[in-house]
Parts: sequence; structure tokens; C-alpha cells
Amino acid sequence: SFPNCVRNHHCNAAVAASQLWAPLNSEIDVASDAFVQNKSSMEEIVSDLRNKIAKISIGGDEKARSLHRKRNKLMARERIETLIDPGTAFLELSQLAGYEMYGDDVPAAGIVTGIGSVAGKTCMIVANDATVKGGTYYPMTVKKHLRAQDIARENRLPCIYLVDSGGANLPRQADIFADSQHFGRIFYNQATMSSDGIPQLAVVMGSCTAGGAYAIIVRKTGTVFLGGPPLVKAATGEEISAEALGGADLHCSESGVTDYYAHDDQHALALARAAAAGLPSQTPAFEQEFEEPLFPAEEIYGIVGSNLKKTFEVREVIARIVDGSRFDEFKPRYGETLVTGWARLYGRQVGILANNGVLFSESAVKGAHFIELCAQRGIPLLFLQNITGFMVGRDAEAGGIAKHGAKLVTAVACARVPKITVLIGGSYGAGNYGMFLFMWPNARVSVMGGEQAANVLATVQKDKRAKEGKTWTPEEDAALRRPVEAKYDKEGHPYFASARLWDDGVIDPKDTRKVVGLALQACLNKPIEKTTFGVFRMNYNAEVYALGHRLGA
Amino acid sequence: CSSTTTNPLIKKIDRVLIANRGEIAIRVMKTARKMGIESVAVFSDADRGALFVRKADKAFHIGPAQASQSYLNVDKVIETALKAGAQGIHPGYGFLSENAGFADRCAEAGLVFIGPPSKAIRDMGTKSLAKQIMQDANVPVVEGFHGKDQSDANLKKHAKKIGYPVMLKAVYGGGGKGMRIAWKEEDFDEAVASARNEAKKSFGNDDMLVEKFVERPRHVEVQVFGDHHNNHVYLWERDCSVQRRHQKIIEEAPAPNISMETRVRLGESAVRAAAAVGYVGAGTVEFIMDPRGDFYFMEMNTRLQVEHPVSEAITGTDLVEWQLRVAQGEEIPLKQKDIPLKGHAFECRVYAEDTRKGAFMPTAGKLDYVEFPTDARVDTGVVTGDEVSVHYDPMIAKVIVWGKDRVEASAKLDRALKNTRIAGLPTNIDFVRTVLQHPEFIKGNVYTDFIPDFQKDLFHEREASFEQIVESVIGQHLAERPISKPSGPFQALNDFRLNANLRRSYKVEDKEVQLEIVDKDSFILNIDGKPVEAKVYNLTQDGHKTTFTVEADGRRWLAETVQTEQSILVYGAGEAQHQRQPSALLTGAGSGASLGDAVAPMPGIIEKVLVNAGDKVTQGQALVVMVAMKMEYIIRASKDAIVESISCAPGKNVAKNTVLVHFKEQQ
Repeated sequence: SFPNCVRNHHCNAAVAASQLWAPLNSEIDVASDAFVQNKSSMEEIVSDLRNKIAKISIGGDEKARSLHRKRNKLMARERIETLIDPGTAFLELSQLAGYEMYGDDVPAAGIVTGIGSVAGKTCMIVANDATVKGGTYYPMTVKKHLRAQDIARENRLPCIYLVDSGGANLPRQADIFADSQHFGRIFYNQATMSSDGIPQLAVVMGSCTAGGAYAIIVRKTGTVFLGGPPLVKAATGEEISAEALGGADLHCSESGVTDYYAHDDQHALALARAAAAGLPSQTPAFEQEFEEPLFPAEEIYGIVGSNLKKTFEVREVIARIVDGSRFDEFKPRYGETLVTGWARLYGRQVGILANNGVLFSESAVKGAHFIELCAQRGIPLLFLQNITGFMVGRDAEAGGIAKHGAKLVTAVACARVPKITVLIGGSYGAGNYGMFLFMWPNARVSVMGGEQAANVLATVQKDKRAKEGKTWTPEEDAALRRPVEAKYDKEGHPYFASARLWDDGVIDPKDTRKVVGLALQACLNKPIEKTTFGVFRMNYNAEVYALGHRLGA
Repeated sequence: CSSTTTNPLIKKIDRVLIANRGEIAIRVMKTARKMGIESVAVFSDADRGALFVRKADKAFHIGPAQASQSYLNVDKVIETALKAGAQGIHPGYGFLSENAGFADRCAEAGLVFIGPPSKAIRDMGTKSLAKQIMQDANVPVVEGFHGKDQSDANLKKHAKKIGYPVMLKAVYGGGGKGMRIAWKEEDFDEAVASARNEAKKSFGNDDMLVEKFVERPRHVEVQVFGDHHNNHVYLWERDCSVQRRHQKIIEEAPAPNISMETRVRLGESAVRAAAAVGYVGAGTVEFIMDPRGDFYFMEMNTRLQVEHPVSEAITGTDLVEWQLRVAQGEEIPLKQKDIPLKGHAFECRVYAEDTRKGAFMPTAGKLDYVEFPTDARVDTGVVTGDEVSVHYDPMIAKVIVWGKDRVEASAKLDRALKNTRIAGLPTNIDFVRTVLQHPEFIKGNVYTDFIPDFQKDLFHEREASFEQIVESVIGQHLAERPISKPSGPFQALNDFRLNANLRRSYKVEDKEVQLEIVDKDSFILNIDGKPVEAKVYNLTQDGHKTTFTVEADGRRWLAETVQTEQSILVYGAGEAQHQRQPSALLTGAGSGASLGDAVAPMPGIIEKVLVNAGDKVTQGQALVVMVAMKMEYIIRASKDAIVESISCAPGKNVAKNTVLVHFKEQQ
């Protein structure tokens, strides 16, 4: 039908329509020194990331793992592999949770969470890793579990819990138990999600000391009780084995606490798949036909590099993420430091906001305008963030940058469409929102950059000395800057951020298309709601001034 | 003049009942349809949904699965033919085809029996009479002495008359006991003494018979045809020497390494044999032939044979058409001098059997997948999903090819077999392909002991080649991917894992190979500790079939996988069948079966139950005896256990994997 339709026999309306959008050009020189240098520096940090994840994915120490296997139990990740549909993707979340936070090693905070397809249903999976400190809950374990539940609730994803946990990590009970965002919240979430019609399925594959929605239990290894044998003995003097106290036989035949009796992990997971098969079907939100980008994703390495001070053309990145590299850019000649436009991901339309420099008033206003359009049409938003913050200075302030910035913030915050953010560079200052937040390993997050922070502090000191009539030596300057820069660098590092669950994971830049696609599928499980925006701060004079500023700039 | 006792009933046939099943029923239908004759099928309970029933113009149910009560039920078959308004009955091969009584009953009922006169069937069915008739007709027979005078001297006298080497056989013998060969006169005394000694011990009788010993015999048979006008012709010979369990697996025409002069002598002898019994219709005269080309009459098969297609291929004839024409009283369509001998033809009988280690165990069960080559003649009665029943012959198909010469025909057969894809049951395809590659077979040096003699070469366990490993692993992996169109990135981004590559383990024969999935079309295999990069191109999926090009180690080739319920089949450089992991739901005790329960290894009939509920059994103890494919199987305990319940009873039919004996759960 369309003359340039590349897949004529499968040609459908969506593909045909998107072909009205011209593909982006790429002007990079893969042989240039800059490209080669960027590539090797990015390769280095990506390989560091992969090595760290590989180590984390092993789980607990050798001793714990061999004991686990001896009990005829599968490892947490093996359980997930068995649970999800063969040949499908799994989007693991918060892989670096708890990384270098506790004196002892707590890989992945002792819990594996992620989104996967089970019997064709997109589900949130939460699996305790009993080889890590007996699967007990550290503060970050709780936070990670709750984060997974939040995502599930927000997107109406059925939850499958593969329970194998000793409960609260007792020495840290004060930090995990009582507060509203602590341990009890897990059960609150289960109950309220269930009441909202979001299925909750638990597979008891080890100890499960309190609470929850139990369904499937594994003979001999799975146990459910309020108080374990030592507690029972202390309280009543009754001596009893864990199996007799709360094993599968008791709970399936006598108490009715569990619904399905499983013979081993494999059997339990097969039962879980069978249960998932009976859940209501989800409406597919994607086209079956789509184009791959015209340019290889690996080239992002050479375009971006690891040095945040070097700028890059963000359209080169977009061209390596979206279907057919096709991008319908909105307001391309206005507020150029924010690139906005529509594209498709796996056939599904998204609105992209990508920073291409410091945010000015115009960029902010343009962004707000674009978001309004997307919200009205129910188009999900993808933010490719690389901000050094908002512009400062008299001109900017007079132009109402604060107000315009607030407009953008209001628009982002209020838009009731799926929002996925990827930090592709710096994220200093205002604004990390949205459903999913992923970071590239070269990204940095902080109030401001380490260098700027040091500058601010040094300037303050220098001025103070000047007032006192003293000199400020370069040595003193360096001595002040070094620790500040080091601290900002460490705390702005993606691993530091990811360990604390400020994001949902650090990703390999070349996987951006895939990760965003998966996150989008998870988001689109819930029908898009209608947006009502908050009050935008708008003022005609300020608009006129902003125009003047733009003309003068 | 005709030698038949009654005048043949000759009339126009416009509806024929086929008293048979499977491929031969379909084979007859094809020709009948071509000739404008309606075909009527008969079927047993087991064949209700069979292909041959669907292909027939009409079909009638004739009884339960057991052949004795259906396909061999003379009354029922004749009654059905009359009811259906058929004028003739084609008996196919096996079942009632060589039943003289049935031929008589047809005649009595006014039906044309499409086969020879009953007298010819009777004469040829009686061995000694057949031999006498042949001798009288000057057809060479294996000479022998079967007389009463058992003195050593008399036996020796006859041995000399027959000519050495001779075989001494115990009259009551069997299983090779009491059998000796005397190569020359000097050996005779010792041979007879030792044979008698063994016979006495084994059978309590040392009576001997002496026969000509045919060294390294070949099985050569001649296709003959006769009509009611006393014409007899031969359609050249077939060599059916390659046999296992006395059943043919590869047949060819003409017989290799035979001079034209011998060929004509064979044909003429066969025609004399046919004429001697007043033969009408299609028949086969079987000879054994020694390496010198001397041949001796063995027996005459008074029916259309399984391997008739190879004769059709080299003569360009349709023997079923000839049968139907002759039965209606027409003359044989061709004169002897007009019967050509063109090129070379092979037939392979594809059987459901386990050929490993030369056991050739017949098997039965469901054919998960069946696909035949398009560039060969395939006579079959099955399609995907059909059963190879325990009640009948386990032959799945006949693959027939024709080539300008033997080399070309053999290559074509090999290719056709490569494209014959059957899953769910083991087959002899691989084995036959091995035979085709054997240097002695290539030379045409075939004889009846070919398979036992080359056992070592033919059952040599071959290691999977590099290509086979690569395609097997990748093929198994690709087959696990969702078949339906992706409903989103989770389904489209096959095996994507965040910041890591998924690793999976696959088995190729006994080798465990780890596969790292770098991307949906890019892999690293770990073969014997060595990483091998492999890429997949042109991946297309059509239902349960996946086709792809694989490139690894500088080599690039095409492969294909087929998914069935039970297994994943991979075809490419080699062919392999990989069992699917059964769902834990079925293997787990949720279904009532606990691990270690005794289950039926194949469909069959329970013969005996040897244990009772409550019995303590030890590992390896016999629990149940079942019969399947006319073979006895003993089901044994897989562990020490206590019998909880018995879920089978003697005489009961059981499906594959049925729990027979359930054990008590052990703590």
C-alpha cells in the first residue's frame, strides 16, 4: 500500500503511519579519535558494571549455596528462570540494591525482583535469596520489596512472591520493622493490591515466618508459622519440628493456610505457572510489526563516552533507540536545548524529551507544552535526561526560569501517562520523576556537580578570606576541593544511587531500547488515565521578557 | 487351457472392497480411483480414524482391534462386501491374501477374489508339494534328503548326490542346535556325529536331514504375472537380501551384480513355476542365490508383495492395475518382450523400531510428527498424530526411489530418507542410511547375513559432529521460544537479561553443552570447554517449524527444527530428536503418581501382575508382565518400596506412561 513499506506482506497501519516520519540522519565518524576514545572509556565502565552484576548474581557464599542445594532447593534466580515463559525477557530491578552499604556483603539486598512473562501474563516477581543471610530483610531488602510492589500496584501487575526468608534481620530490626515504610507495609500492600483486584500469589519455598497471601507450598522445605520452633518452645515449652509446626502437610490438609501442595521447587513453580495461566488476560498494547533502528546501538558508546563534560548530540542517541530511527520532532527550532518529539518503540508511540544542553526558560516551556499534548493523547513519555540543571544568572531569573521550570515540573508530575526516565548523563538539580528510572553507568546524580559544589564552597571561602584581608592560596583551594569533589563523585555515582534505590537499575547504554521497551510494556498493563494538570504559573509579561531574552541571547 | 479347477468368475468390477488396512489399502485405492472403480474400506475399532478409511469412497466397520476378529474374519469381510455391493475383494498382502479358504468363499459368494486360484495358493502353501511341482517343472530346488533310512552311510550317500557343501539338520531341531555344515566329504563323519550328539541331548532324537548348503545366500525373487488366458510373464527380479529378524528392510530391482544371462534364467524359471501351478494374477517366486549366481527355488508368494513398487519403477507398470484387469478377465497388458528394464529402484521400509545395538525392537505409540519427502514415492497410511498400533505391523511407510543406475538410486534414497521426518517413535531410518553408506552395500555385495556380518560397522556409535552439536543446541533453544507472534517486548526480546547473558544447558546425546545467549541471534556455545561463537540468520517460524541458517567456525548451513508435544526434532547436518522436559505438573505427585512408580514403557496389554498391595519389593524385582508388539516386557521396581496399590489388571490395555503399580510414599 505504501510505496516504501519495507515489509509489504505484513504491512499494517501502524508501520505505514510511522513511515511518514523521516529517519534521523547520523553524522558520526566512527573512525574519529573522539569516537574511539569515548567507545573505549564507555566499554570500560560497562564491563565493570557487568562484572559487578555477575558477582552479585551468584548470590550468597559458597557454603550457603551448597547447603541450599543440598536441601534440594533451586537458587532464587533459577526459580525465576523456571517460572517465566521460556524464550522471553526478564527485566530485573535494582540489581545493585544494598551495594557496599553494609559492612558485610548483601548481594542484591538478598532479594531478586523483576518483571517477567508468566504464562503470557506480565507479572512482578519477588524472590527471596535464602543464600544471602538466610533471606532475612535488611533495610534495603524492605525498600526493594516495597519498590517492586509499588511498581506492581502502579501498573496493575500480578505479583508472584517466591518466599524463602527468615524474616526480619533481627540486629537491624529497628530500621526495618515499625515505620510506615517498613516491613508491615509489605503485607499492607498485598492486602490492598488484592482488594484492588491485582492478583497476589505466594509460593512458599522455604521459611515464611509471618504474614502474606499463601498459596503454594513445597513439601519438606516450605514452612509457614507465626512463631518458629525456638519461639514456641520458649513460650509454651512445646517441642516441635518446623515441618510438623507449619509444613506443607499441615497447611494443605489441616489448617487450609496453603492451597496447593508441591513436591519440590520445580513442581511448585509449575503450579505457579498454572495459576498464572488462569489469571485474567492482559490486553496487548504493542504492534506485532515494527522496524529496528537503522544504526547499531553499540555506537552509543562512541557517541557518549564517560566524560560528562563533553557534550554530545542527543539525536544520535535517539536514532539508536527508536523504531526505524524515525523521529517526528516537535518545535525543533524553539528551546533547542530540549529536544521533543514522537517516535515508536516496538510499534508503540512514545513522546520523547531529551536534554541537549542547559535548560532555558524556552526549553522548559516547550517541554511543558509537549507533555500537555502527550497527556491529552495518552502517549507515554520517555525522558532522556542529561541536565546540568536550570540556567542561573540574572537574565534567566528575570525571564522567570523559576516559574518556567516549575511549569515543566508541574507538567511532568501531573501527566498521568507512563513516564520512563533514563539518566544518560548528568542529573544535577531538579527533577527525577516517573514510573521507571534507569541510569547509564556514566551518569551522575546530585544536587549539583562535584566541581560546581567545590566551586561554590571555594568561592564562599575565598570571599570570607578577602573580607578578612587574608589570601587564599591555590594549595588551600585544592585541599578544599579534593574531598568535596571526591564525596560528590562517590555519592553521585550510579552504583551509590542504585544501592539506595534512587533508581530502578543501572543499564548498559546499548540495551536502552530493550529496557525502555520492557518497562513500557509493564506500564501499559494499566489503561492510561485522563490527566488533570495542576495550576501552571503563567504570566504574559514574563513571556514577553523571555522572548526578549531569547532574541538577545 | 487353464489349470484351475473351477471356471474363473469374470465380470466387470466397478466397486472393490479392500480387505486390508494402512498403506496397501491406500495403494489399491489410488489405482482403483484412476480406473474409475469405487473403493470400499473395512476397518477395525483401532482404525476408525485412519487415513485409509478417510480416503475410501465407502468404509465399513468390521470388528474389534484384534485382527483375528476383524481383518481375518472371513464371514464378516464377505458379508460386508456383499452389503457394500462390491464385485471383487482385493486382499492386499498379509491377512487373508494367501488364505485359500477365503478365495473359495469369495467364489461361492459370487465375488471376484483379486488373487490367484485357490488351488495355486494351496499348492504353493504346502512346502513339499511346492518343491515337487518345481522339480517337475525343471525349476532348480535346494536338494535334500528327508528319508527314513537314517544310517550314516545312507546320509553320506545322499550328501554326495546333493553335492558339497551340505547342511545336516536335526529333524526336530531349532535354534541352530543340532546343525552342522560339512564343507567336503572328509568332514562328513565328524559333522554328522557331532550334530547327532547335540540333537540327542537337546531334543531326545537324532534323526537328521541333509540339504544342499547355500553359502552366503542372497534373497532374490522374481515378480511374475499370469492371466486367465494362460499367459505368464516375469517383471524381472528384486533383491531383498538386507534383512533383520528375517524381515526385509531394503529391497531393490534389479538385483545387483547379476549377469543378464542369469537374470533371464531366473525370470524364465519363475515363469515356469507360475505356469506349473496355473498361476493367475501377481505372484512372486523366491529363490536363494549363492555367490556364483546359482539359484534355488524357496517358495512362491501368491500375493502382491510389499516391495512391488520397485518392480513397477523399473518396468513403468502399475501392478495393481494389472491385478484388477486380469481379475476382470483381461489379458496381461504387455508381452514378455515388451516389458522394459529401466534403471534401478530402491525401497526402504520405514519401521517403528529401536535399532540401537542391533536389537530392532518394534515399538508402538503415537507419531508426534510425520513428514515425507516430496521427491520420492512414499506409500504410507499414516499422518501426524496417528498411532502405530500394537495390534498390527509397525511399518510406517515405504520410501521408493528410481535412478538411472544403482549409484544414483542409492543417493536418491539417502536424500529421501534424510527428508523423512518421524518423531514420537524411534525408526530405522538412520540405520538404513548407515547401510546405504557401507562400502560392501555400495559394491552390491548384499546377502541375507549382511546385517549380522557387518554389525560392528553398522551399530558403531557415532559421535555427533561439530555441526550436529551446534545445530542441536541452537535448534533446541530456538524451539523453546514462544511460537505465537510477540505481544510485546517481553515476548519479542528473546531471553534478554539485564546486564548479563542468559546461560542454558542442553544435551546432545550424552554431552552437556552450555549455551550463552548474547542476543536473540547470537550465541556462544561451550563445547568441551571451548567457546564457539555461533550466529543465526534468516530465522523463520511457521507454526511448529523453525528454519534457520547457522554460522559457526567459518561454516554456514541450513537447519530446521520441528516441535512436537513430546520432543524437539532438529534436522540439518544430521538429524536428532530431543525429548522435551516433561512438565513438573505431570511428573510431580500432584497428579497422583509419585516418583518411582512403575509405569508402562509403551502401550500394551497386561499379561500378569506379580505383586499385591502391601508387598515389600526390592529394586529390580519384577512387578508386572506386559505384552506389546508381540513381545514380552517385564516391568521392574525402580527402588526398594512398599506397594500401595495396583492400578492394572491382566488383559487390560494400557497406554504409555500409565501408572501400573503405585508405591507407598517413603519418608
